[in-house]
Amino acid sequence: MRVVVVLAAALILAVPALASEQHPTLAELEPQIMCPVCHTTIDQSDSAIAQRMKTFIRARIAAGDTASQIKDKLVAQFGPAVLANPPRKGFDLLAWILPLVAATAGAAALGLLAWRWSRRLAEPQAAPASAGPLDPDLERRLDDELARFEG
Amino acid sequence: MAVRLKLVAQALAVGIVVGLLALLVWKLARGGPQHVKAGQEAPNFTLDRIGAPGKLSLASLRGKTVVLNFWASWCITCKAEARLLESASHRWGGKGVVVVGVDSNDFTSDARHFMRHYGLTYPVVHDKDGGRANRYGVTGLPETFFVRRNGRLSGHIPGQIANRAQLDAGIRHALAS
Repeated sequence: MRVVVVLAAALILAVPALASEQHPTLAELEPQIMCPVCHTTIDQSDSAIAQRMKTFIRARIAAGDTASQIKDKLVAQFGPAVLANPPRKGFDLLAWILPLVAATAGAAALGLLAWRWSRRLAEPQAAPASAGPLDPDLERRLDDELARFEG
Repeated sequence: MAVRLKLVAQALAVGIVVGLLALLVWKLARGGPQHVKAGQEAPNFTLDRIGAPGKLSLASLRGKTVVLNFWASWCITCKAEARLLESASHRWGGKGVVVVGVDSNDFTSDARHFMRHYGLTYPVVHDKDGGRANRYGVTGLPETFFVRRNGRLSGHIPGQIANRAQLDAGIRHALAS
Protein backbone atom coordinates (compact mmCIF):
# COMPACT_ATOMS: atom_id res chain seq x y z
CA MET A 1 0.00 0.00 0.00
CA ARG A 2 2.81 2.36 0.98
CA VAL A 3 4.61 1.64 -2.31
CA VAL A 4 1.49 2.53 -4.29
CA VAL A 5 1.16 5.85 -2.43
CA VAL A 6 4.84 6.69 -3.07
CA LEU A 7 4.51 5.81 -6.76
CA ALA A 8 1.34 7.89 -7.10
CA ALA A 9 3.04 10.87 -5.42
CA ALA A 10 6.05 10.52 -7.74
CA LEU A 11 3.74 10.42 -10.75
CA ILE A 12 1.84 13.51 -9.57
CA LEU A 13 5.14 15.40 -9.21
CA ALA A 14 6.59 14.10 -12.48
CA VAL A 15 3.73 15.23 -14.72
CA PRO A 16 4.16 19.01 -14.15
CA ALA A 17 7.97 18.63 -14.36
CA LEU A 18 7.63 16.92 -17.73
CA ALA A 19 5.18 19.58 -18.94
CA SER A 20 7.60 22.30 -17.81
CA GLU A 21 10.43 20.63 -19.74
CA GLN A 22 8.40 20.22 -22.93
CA HIS A 23 6.53 23.54 -22.83
CA PRO A 24 8.51 25.93 -20.62
CA THR A 25 7.37 29.44 -19.79
CA LEU A 26 9.56 32.53 -19.51
CA ALA A 27 8.70 32.77 -15.79
CA GLU A 28 9.99 29.22 -15.24
CA LEU A 29 13.25 29.77 -17.12
CA GLU A 30 14.15 33.28 -15.96
CA PRO A 31 15.26 32.23 -12.44
CA GLN A 32 17.44 29.48 -13.95
CA ILE A 33 19.47 31.79 -16.20
CA MET A 34 22.23 34.14 -15.06
CA CYS A 35 22.77 37.61 -16.46
CA PRO A 36 26.45 37.46 -17.49
CA VAL A 37 27.27 41.06 -16.61
CA CYS A 38 25.22 41.64 -13.45
CA HIS A 39 25.70 38.16 -11.85
CA THR A 40 22.08 37.81 -10.81
CA THR A 41 19.41 35.73 -12.49
CA ILE A 42 17.76 37.51 -15.41
CA ASP A 43 14.41 37.79 -13.62
CA GLN A 44 16.15 40.19 -11.21
CA SER A 45 17.92 42.23 -13.86
CA ASP A 46 16.85 44.99 -16.20
CA SER A 47 20.24 45.25 -17.94
CA ALA A 48 20.35 45.39 -21.73
CA ILE A 49 21.77 41.88 -22.06
CA ALA A 50 19.21 40.43 -19.61
CA GLN A 51 16.41 42.01 -21.65
CA ARG A 52 17.93 40.56 -24.82
CA MET A 53 18.15 37.11 -23.23
CA LYS A 54 14.49 37.29 -22.22
CA THR A 55 13.58 38.17 -25.82
CA PHE A 56 15.67 35.22 -27.02
CA ILE A 57 13.95 32.82 -24.58
CA ARG A 58 10.51 34.09 -25.60
CA ALA A 59 11.36 33.52 -29.28
CA ARG A 60 12.67 30.00 -28.61
CA ILE A 61 9.56 29.12 -26.57
CA ALA A 62 7.40 30.35 -29.46
CA ALA A 63 9.48 28.22 -31.83
CA GLY A 64 8.64 25.14 -29.70
CA ASP A 65 12.03 24.50 -28.07
CA THR A 66 12.13 22.49 -24.85
CA ALA A 67 13.67 23.94 -21.67
CA SER A 68 16.83 21.86 -22.20
CA GLN A 69 17.19 23.00 -25.80
CA ILE A 70 16.89 26.65 -24.78
CA LYS A 71 19.45 26.21 -22.00
CA ASP A 72 21.84 24.40 -24.36
CA LYS A 73 21.62 27.30 -26.83
CA LEU A 74 22.33 29.82 -24.09
CA VAL A 75 25.31 27.75 -22.87
CA ALA A 76 26.65 27.66 -26.44
CA GLN A 77 26.50 31.46 -26.52
CA PHE A 78 27.56 32.40 -22.98
CA GLY A 79 29.27 29.33 -21.53
CA PRO A 80 28.12 27.05 -18.68
CA ALA A 81 28.18 29.89 -16.11
CA VAL A 82 24.95 31.18 -17.67
CA LEU A 83 23.09 28.42 -15.81
CA ALA A 84 22.12 29.37 -12.25
CA ASN A 85 22.27 25.69 -11.23
CA PRO A 86 25.31 23.66 -12.27
CA PRO A 87 24.55 20.80 -14.70
CA ARG A 88 24.06 17.36 -13.16
CA LYS A 89 26.97 15.76 -14.98
CA GLY A 90 30.75 15.62 -14.91
CA PHE A 91 32.61 17.60 -12.27
CA ASP A 92 29.56 19.83 -11.65
CA LEU A 93 27.71 16.79 -10.32
CA LEU A 94 29.79 17.25 -7.15
CA ALA A 95 27.87 20.45 -6.42
CA TRP A 96 24.70 18.36 -6.17
CA ILE A 97 26.19 15.35 -4.36
CA LEU A 98 28.44 17.03 -1.78
CA PRO A 99 25.67 18.87 0.14
CA LEU A 100 23.73 15.58 0.41
CA VAL A 101 26.85 13.72 1.56
CA ALA A 102 27.64 16.48 4.08
CA ALA A 103 24.06 16.53 5.39
CA THR A 104 24.00 12.72 5.70
CA ALA A 105 27.39 12.67 7.44
CA GLY A 106 26.27 15.46 9.79
CA ALA A 107 23.03 13.64 10.65
CA ALA A 108 24.94 10.39 11.23
CA ALA A 109 27.46 12.13 13.50
CA LEU A 110 24.65 13.82 15.42
CA GLY A 111 22.79 10.50 15.78
CA LEU A 112 25.93 8.75 17.01
CA LEU A 113 26.58 11.47 19.58
CA ALA A 114 22.96 11.39 20.77
CA TRP A 115 23.07 7.60 21.05
CA ARG A 116 26.32 7.64 23.05
CA TRP A 117 25.02 10.41 25.30
CA SER A 118 21.74 8.59 26.01
CA ARG A 119 23.64 5.34 26.67
CA ARG A 120 25.92 7.10 29.11
CA LEU A 121 22.91 8.56 30.94
CA ALA A 122 21.25 5.14 31.14
CA GLU A 123 24.32 3.43 32.60
CA PRO A 124 24.56 3.39 36.42
CA GLN A 125 27.15 5.73 37.73
CA ALA A 126 30.32 3.81 38.23
CA ALA A 127 31.68 3.83 41.71
CA PRO A 128 34.52 6.24 42.07
CA ALA A 129 37.83 4.60 41.74
CA SER A 130 39.15 3.62 45.15
CA ALA A 131 41.40 6.26 46.41
CA GLY A 132 44.93 5.22 46.99
CA PRO A 133 46.73 5.78 50.24
CA LEU A 134 47.08 9.40 51.10
CA ASP A 135 50.40 11.08 50.94
CA PRO A 136 51.88 10.70 54.50
CA ASP A 137 52.64 14.40 54.64
CA LEU A 138 49.09 15.29 53.61
CA GLU A 139 47.66 12.75 56.04
CA ARG A 140 49.61 14.25 58.90
CA ARG A 141 48.44 17.77 57.98
CA LEU A 142 44.86 16.54 57.77
CA ASP A 143 45.10 14.90 61.24
CA ASP A 144 46.58 18.12 62.64
CA GLU A 145 43.76 20.19 61.15
CA LEU A 146 41.09 17.82 62.47
CA ALA A 147 42.68 17.74 65.92
CA ARG A 148 42.81 21.53 66.01
CA PHE A 149 39.20 21.75 64.85
CA GLU A 150 37.97 19.26 67.44
CA GLY A 151 40.17 20.69 70.16
CA MET B 1 40.62 5.07 21.75
CA ALA B 2 37.60 7.38 22.10
CA VAL B 3 39.88 10.31 22.89
CA ARG B 4 41.97 9.57 19.81
CA LEU B 5 38.84 9.34 17.64
CA LYS B 6 37.64 12.66 19.03
CA LEU B 7 41.00 14.28 18.27
CA VAL B 8 40.93 12.95 14.70
CA ALA B 9 37.37 14.25 14.23
CA GLN B 10 38.35 17.67 15.59
CA ALA B 11 41.44 17.82 13.36
CA LEU B 12 39.29 16.85 10.38
CA ALA B 13 36.72 19.55 11.16
CA VAL B 14 39.44 22.21 11.54
CA GLY B 15 41.03 20.99 8.30
CA ILE B 16 37.73 21.32 6.42
CA VAL B 17 37.15 24.85 7.76
CA VAL B 18 40.72 25.91 6.86
CA GLY B 19 40.30 24.35 3.39
CA LEU B 20 37.04 26.20 2.78
CA LEU B 21 38.59 29.48 3.94
CA ALA B 22 41.56 28.93 1.60
CA LEU B 23 39.12 28.24 -1.25
CA LEU B 24 37.24 31.47 -0.46
CA VAL B 25 40.46 33.53 -0.42
CA TRP B 26 41.63 31.91 -3.69
CA LYS B 27 38.28 32.62 -5.35
CA LEU B 28 38.27 36.24 -4.16
CA ALA B 29 41.86 36.72 -5.35
CA ARG B 30 41.41 35.12 -8.77
CA GLY B 31 37.71 35.43 -9.51
CA GLY B 32 37.42 39.11 -10.26
CA PRO B 33 38.97 41.16 -13.03
CA GLN B 34 42.78 41.13 -13.04
CA HIS B 35 44.02 44.54 -14.04
CA VAL B 36 46.80 44.45 -16.62
CA LYS B 37 49.03 47.51 -16.54
CA ALA B 38 51.06 49.23 -19.24
CA GLY B 39 54.38 47.45 -19.78
CA GLN B 40 52.95 44.06 -18.84
CA GLU B 41 52.48 41.20 -21.28
CA ALA B 42 49.06 41.31 -22.92
CA PRO B 43 47.24 38.09 -21.90
CA ASN B 44 47.03 35.78 -24.88
CA PHE B 45 43.76 34.32 -26.15
CA THR B 46 42.58 32.05 -28.91
CA LEU B 47 38.91 32.61 -29.69
CA ASP B 48 36.40 31.79 -32.43
CA ARG B 49 36.04 34.47 -35.05
CA ILE B 50 32.67 36.05 -35.77
CA GLY B 51 31.78 36.59 -39.42
CA ALA B 52 34.72 34.46 -40.56
CA PRO B 53 35.69 30.82 -40.08
CA GLY B 54 38.34 29.61 -37.65
CA LYS B 55 39.99 31.05 -34.58
CA LEU B 56 42.23 34.01 -33.96
CA SER B 57 45.09 34.03 -31.49
CA LEU B 58 46.59 37.25 -30.15
CA ALA B 59 50.00 35.56 -30.19
CA SER B 60 49.72 35.15 -33.97
CA LEU B 61 49.76 38.96 -34.27
CA ARG B 62 53.15 39.31 -32.55
CA GLY B 63 55.24 41.81 -34.53
CA LYS B 64 52.21 44.01 -35.18
CA THR B 65 50.68 46.77 -33.11
CA VAL B 66 47.24 45.66 -31.97
CA VAL B 67 44.27 47.80 -31.01
CA LEU B 68 42.16 45.49 -28.87
CA ASN B 69 38.60 46.73 -28.48
CA PHE B 70 36.24 44.97 -26.04
CA TRP B 71 32.62 45.56 -26.98
CA ALA B 72 29.12 44.07 -27.22
CA SER B 73 26.16 44.74 -29.49
CA TRP B 74 23.94 45.66 -26.52
CA CYS B 75 26.39 48.33 -25.35
CA ILE B 76 25.16 51.77 -26.37
CA THR B 77 28.53 53.56 -26.33
CA CYS B 78 30.13 50.77 -28.40
CA LYS B 79 27.95 51.92 -31.29
CA ALA B 80 29.37 55.41 -31.12
CA GLU B 81 32.97 54.27 -31.53
CA ALA B 82 32.47 51.42 -34.03
CA ARG B 83 33.00 53.54 -37.14
CA LEU B 84 35.99 55.25 -35.52
CA LEU B 85 37.69 51.88 -35.10
CA GLU B 86 36.79 50.77 -38.62
CA SER B 87 38.27 53.98 -40.02
CA ALA B 88 41.44 53.52 -37.93
CA SER B 89 41.87 49.96 -39.19
CA HIS B 90 42.11 51.34 -42.76
CA ARG B 91 44.23 54.40 -41.97
CA TRP B 92 46.76 52.49 -39.88
CA GLY B 93 46.57 49.09 -41.58
CA GLY B 94 49.50 49.85 -43.88
CA LYS B 95 51.70 50.75 -40.89
CA GLY B 96 51.51 47.37 -39.20
CA VAL B 97 48.51 48.16 -37.00
CA VAL B 98 45.67 45.63 -36.60
CA VAL B 99 42.33 46.38 -34.94
CA VAL B 100 40.78 43.35 -33.21
CA GLY B 101 37.28 43.41 -31.74
CA VAL B 102 36.51 41.19 -28.76
CA ASP B 103 32.75 40.71 -28.50
CA SER B 104 32.02 39.88 -24.85
CA ASN B 105 28.90 38.39 -23.26
CA ASP B 106 26.87 38.67 -26.41
CA PHE B 107 24.84 36.65 -28.90
CA THR B 108 26.94 35.99 -32.01
CA SER B 109 23.89 36.67 -34.20
CA ASP B 110 23.57 40.14 -32.63
CA ALA B 111 27.30 40.72 -33.07
CA ARG B 112 27.11 39.78 -36.75
CA HIS B 113 24.16 42.14 -37.21
CA PHE B 114 26.12 44.91 -35.47
CA MET B 115 29.17 44.30 -37.68
CA ARG B 116 27.06 44.46 -40.83
CA HIS B 117 25.25 47.58 -39.66
CA TYR B 118 28.46 49.48 -38.88
CA GLY B 119 30.43 47.97 -41.78
CA LEU B 120 33.13 46.42 -39.59
CA THR B 121 35.75 44.59 -41.64
CA TYR B 122 38.45 44.11 -38.99
CA PRO B 123 38.62 40.71 -37.23
CA VAL B 124 36.19 40.16 -34.36
CA VAL B 125 36.33 37.23 -31.91
CA HIS B 126 33.70 35.92 -29.50
CA ASP B 127 34.55 36.06 -25.77
CA LYS B 128 31.37 34.24 -24.85
CA ASP B 129 31.66 34.16 -21.06
CA GLY B 130 33.60 37.42 -20.72
CA GLY B 131 36.61 35.49 -19.39
CA ARG B 132 39.12 37.33 -21.60
CA ALA B 133 37.64 40.69 -20.66
CA ASN B 134 38.15 39.68 -17.00
CA ARG B 135 41.80 38.80 -17.67
CA TYR B 136 42.36 42.30 -19.01
CA GLY B 137 40.56 43.86 -16.05
CA VAL B 138 37.70 45.21 -18.11
CA THR B 139 35.03 46.48 -15.73
CA GLY B 140 32.64 47.93 -18.31
CA LEU B 141 32.23 48.03 -22.06
CA PRO B 142 33.67 49.40 -24.22
CA GLU B 143 37.35 49.39 -23.32
CA THR B 144 40.29 49.60 -25.70
CA PHE B 145 43.86 48.33 -25.18
CA PHE B 146 46.96 49.09 -27.22
CA VAL B 147 49.45 46.23 -27.61
CA ARG B 148 52.99 46.89 -28.82
CA ARG B 149 54.79 44.81 -31.42
CA ASN B 150 56.55 42.92 -28.60
CA GLY B 151 53.23 41.83 -27.11
CA ARG B 152 53.29 44.24 -24.16
CA LEU B 153 50.56 46.73 -23.33
CA SER B 154 51.31 50.39 -23.94
CA GLY B 155 48.07 51.79 -22.54
CA HIS B 156 44.30 51.65 -22.68
CA ILE B 157 41.18 53.77 -22.93
CA PRO B 158 38.55 52.85 -20.35
CA GLY B 159 35.07 53.59 -21.67
CA GLN B 160 34.15 55.10 -24.97
CA ILE B 161 36.89 56.47 -27.26
CA ALA B 162 36.27 60.22 -27.20
CA ASN B 163 37.39 61.01 -30.72
CA ARG B 164 39.78 60.15 -33.55
CA ALA B 165 42.61 62.14 -31.96
CA GLN B 166 42.48 60.08 -28.77
CA LEU B 167 42.52 56.82 -30.70
CA ASP B 168 45.39 57.96 -32.95
CA ALA B 169 47.40 59.13 -29.94
CA GLY B 170 47.07 55.67 -28.38
CA ILE B 171 48.19 54.00 -31.60
CA ARG B 172 51.15 56.38 -32.04
CA HIS B 173 52.27 55.73 -28.47
CA ALA B 174 52.12 51.97 -29.04
CA LEU B 175 54.06 52.27 -32.30
CA ALA B 176 56.72 54.54 -30.79
CA SER B 177 57.45 52.46 -27.70
